[in-house]
Amino acid sequence: MSPTNRRILPGFRLSLGYTLLYLGVMVFIPLVACFIRAGSLSAKEFRDAVWTERSRAAYELTFAASLTAAAASVGIGLLIAWVLVRYEFPLKRFFDSLVDLPFALPTAVAGLVFTDLYVENGWLGRFLVPLGIHAAYSRLAIVLVLTFIGFPFVVRTVQPVLESIDAELEEAAAVLGATRWQTFRRILLPSILPALVTGFALAFARALGEYGSVVFVSGNLPLHTEIAPVLIVARLEEFKYAEATAIAVVLLVVSFGMLVAINLLDRWARRFDN
Amino acid sequence: MHIVNTSSTSEGDWTATVPSPPPDVAIRHPRSGLRYPRNDPWYVRWMLTGTALMALTILVIVPIICVFYNALQNGVGPYWRYLAHNADTRHSILLTLAVAPTAVLLNLIFGVAAAWAIARFRFRGRTALITLIDLPFSVSPVVAGLLFVLIFGQQGYLGPWLKEHGISVLFSAPGLVLATTFVTLPFVARELIPVMEAIGADEEVAAISLGANSWQLFWKITLPNIRWGLLYGVILCNARAMGEFGAVSVLSGHIAGQTDTMPLRVEKAFQEFNLPGSFAVASVLTFLAVGTLLLKVGVEHKARRQLEEVKTRNR
Repeated sequence: MSPTNRRILPGFRLSLGYTLLYLGVMVFIPLVACFIRAGSLSAKEFRDAVWTERSRAAYELTFAASLTAAAASVGIGLLIAWVLVRYEFPLKRFFDSLVDLPFALPTAVAGLVFTDLYVENGWLGRFLVPLGIHAAYSRLAIVLVLTFIGFPFVVRTVQPVLESIDAELEEAAAVLGATRWQTFRRILLPSILPALVTGFALAFARALGEYGSVVFVSGNLPLHTEIAPVLIVARLEEFKYAEATAIAVVLLVVSFGMLVAINLLDRWARRFDN
Repeated sequence: MHIVNTSSTSEGDWTATVPSPPPDVAIRHPRSGLRYPRNDPWYVRWMLTGTALMALTILVIVPIICVFYNALQNGVGPYWRYLAHNADTRHSILLTLAVAPTAVLLNLIFGVAAAWAIARFRFRGRTALITLIDLPFSVSPVVAGLLFVLIFGQQGYLGPWLKEHGISVLFSAPGLVLATTFVTLPFVARELIPVMEAIGADEEVAAISLGANSWQLFWKITLPNIRWGLLYGVILCNARAMGEFGAVSVLSGHIAGQTDTMPLRVEKAFQEFNLPGSFAVASVLTFLAVGTLLLKVGVEHKARRQLEEVKTRNR
């Protein structure tokens, strides 16, 4: 695919032009408008909007819950990917396709059903609540539902890498006297580490912006179980557009940072391919 | 093991003189016949498999069963009555069935155009463009909704002008379409770019040199080659579009019977403590999600096979 393609194949200008126009209207202009709107606030107004006790609590919770959920996703995701790639068991293909369900299930449904499962008289809550585990209307609930949404990202990034690892590498390690654990730690883990980190970043990025499921499960108590997107909605309902916009800008900057990080990670991961 | 033999042949003929290793040097376990290092002890295998399947059961299977159990708890009669005889619910189903395909269609046309530009041509800023296409994935849906409120709302940039001309975007179907389109924008393009790159331009270049025009090129060569990949992208895009909640919630205004989509209906019934109603709508969405998964498995397989076919044909 050389630059000479442009002289052979038709439609370069049309397709690129349309792509740019569409992205401009749908993505670029709305984002710029948001930043301009936030820019019309004075520095003090901006700080007052984004740095209140309530908003600080919301950022902290959003960040901490997303981080915890992404870490849990890495654990569960690695385990599921490992089992799917390495072992044989009945209904393997069924379980394999189940992993994608959180991608397809509307987040509102996830929120609704997780709440119902973990409340005091729910199917799982009736066992957990007597043990003092409140997995509905609590911070734990947020982490749980974010893990549900995040773990498929890890499975789907780790799985192909795990499949592509040469059995001969492990055989060499075994022949040279490595134990299984040493082989895992020194041979397998370094190979799948880039994929694990990418999966972590994807799960984390998705968790940061998640709203639909959390709004059901968390109870949305200000200062306690209110995440940043819920705070934006609360501000909008009070018709405080400027404050909502300021908080949105904070979230946007964080998610752009995540996007750049994921891209760099991807490049880093692919460096090992060659 | 085959490092020497697989290294590039451009370095001369000397590689051919190296004897290839015996066909199977893998050390196999005496009893199972599995390659030794991969054959973990049975208790490790059982423990890991058990834990993984347990996690999948608790996270995925139990919730699905719970949705349908709760929806049908009072029998099929009330379930059906709530879905089909409640005017607001019926409207929300129809609204979702109108909004989601519109958004998918917009993103489908965009996806084909973007994939053609990115996979077939090299130009400056190409990598940046790919990143820009991914951008909506990393924007919180709530923020996405807010972006359009800031443009089309009462205090927005276009709000007053729109009001003067009697056009409503917010609190009406166009706003829902916009928000849904924004959130699902990358799906089709992301699926198509790698597919088109893997297929390569050989057949297209051949068609052009044999005198095909652009129209024929697209319908006779490009589209047939990418059709399964395209369908795959559409399925993913549609699933997300039907389930979109955050963005739509911000700019719909929650007007029952007018701007409530299915996911919003789930929330409203939940807030009104109408759990059976909430679960009834949720069960329809879950049904759609499970259907999406089944379709996806089939199409994924077909897409992969088609890619192989095109590749071997071009070899």
